[in-house]
Amino acid sequence: MSFLEVTSFLFDGFVISFLIFAVTLLLGIPLGLPIAFCSMSRFKPVKIVAKVVVWVVRGIPLMLQIFIIYYVPGLLFDYPLFSKVDRFVFLEWGISDAGRILAVLIAFVINYACYFSEIYRGGIESISKSQYEAGYVLGLTKKQIFRKIILLQVVKRIVPPMSNEIITLIKDTALANCIMVCEIIKQAKELAATKALIWPLFYTGVFYLLFVGVLTLLFGRIEKKLDYFRS
Amino acid sequence: MAVLEVNNIFKSFGKYEVLKGISFSLEEGEVLAMIGSSGSGKTTLLRCLNFLERPDKGTIAVNEKLLFDGESAEKMTEEQIRQNRLHFGLVFQNFNLFPQYSVIENISLAPKLLQIGTEEEIEQKALALIERVGLSDKKDYYPWQLSGGQQQRVAIARALALGPDVLCFDEPTSALDPELTGEVLKVIKDLKTENRTMVVVTHEMEFARNVADKIIFMANGVIEEMGPPEQIFEHPQSEKTKAFLSKSLEEI
Repeated sequence: MSFLEVTSFLFDGFVISFLIFAVTLLLGIPLGLPIAFCSMSRFKPVKIVAKVVVWVVRGIPLMLQIFIIYYVPGLLFDYPLFSKVDRFVFLEWGISDAGRILAVLIAFVINYACYFSEIYRGGIESISKSQYEAGYVLGLTKKQIFRKIILLQVVKRIVPPMSNEIITLIKDTALANCIMVCEIIKQAKELAATKALIWPLFYTGVFYLLFVGVLTLLFGRIEKKLDYFRS
Repeated sequence: MAVLEVNNIFKSFGKYEVLKGISFSLEEGEVLAMIGSSGSGKTTLLRCLNFLERPDKGTIAVNEKLLFDGESAEKMTEEQIRQNRLHFGLVFQNFNLFPQYSVIENISLAPKLLQIGTEEEIEQKALALIERVGLSDKKDYYPWQLSGGQQQRVAIARALALGPDVLCFDEPTSALDPELTGEVLKVIKDLKTENRTMVVVTHEMEFARNVADKIIFMANGVIEEMGPPEQIFEHPQSEKTKAFLSKSLEEI
């Protein structure tokens, strides 16, 4: 197999890695916000439930969570949802791992939403009470204060920890190969098994590295954009 | 006719009683200075006036309109409290400008969000206020680019933008270097000539003496002594007032 063929084969896997990455961000970033608000709620039961959920999700390895999501419908309800989706999509469109990708996506979105929620909570709680009071005495509503005064200050503070988490995310997508999702590492392992090629496995690192490089530049830009004010 | 009438305000935090029956009134254009040692309840009183704290008992009326009554306080909606706040302005000790907004944006934010006038009018008024506090050349600066004194002047302009009936200051110069207090006090003094009703919590005795029409000396949550500055500073009646004044003058 030529270098170009290997690259193209691995790239197909990286598309799946990127898909998991993108969907997790797209859904996880907004989903983290209600979780953060629940964990700051003054209504005790809501707060406790949110804290327990975050504790469990952060307390169990992500790989295990993928297994749980994937196997639980079959084990508990005798309805192997994700393998059924697998089979259905394969018969219709010829893609073999759609159901497993779905299971991975669910696990990732929940997991990352919980991590994000803690970053949001930290960011929101770090804004001084006096900023709210300055808004109150000007006759603004709670909503206006949050949206127009607090939010951007929170965003500025959470960009560095969020960048960190997002960079971790692209590498975490490798965990999807635990249920045989054809992401890039799985593709490389496939080459090792069928073509006795070991170097593509190491070559995958370049894909991650380049992608993380792009992310780093992007976050640098965002930080710079928010550099015009200090709080 | 009294612009502000405060009657028998009580406020406790847990077991700790901070205000124990505060009553006073203020005529239009009068400047009230509140003095007293820390912990005497001055700031809490100011926060009650701005509805940042809810008094346990008592009434607050502005222009004969009852805004707050301890009896029915439980039933007040958030919207009522918000409306009430519009009668008052508050300038904080630490300025509390919004860091992500420039000087002019800080001043015009609330009028824009509350839709007081057209965009054009709000802009004009903000510019006029910036000129009043002497910061025309700084209108597009961000708070971190300004000195403490400049920030506090912006904060005053921001509070004025909504045209409050009573403008309150919570130790407006306490966070400033001594050489910067003058510029802030001068702005406050200028406002007096515009017939603005103001309540100023301050440790600047000279300022209180020269600018205020009325002085309240607070101690342990009660008004220990109240009167025109000449009376309070020249002929204090209460022992506590005498002790406080001699101490604070000694420091100078």
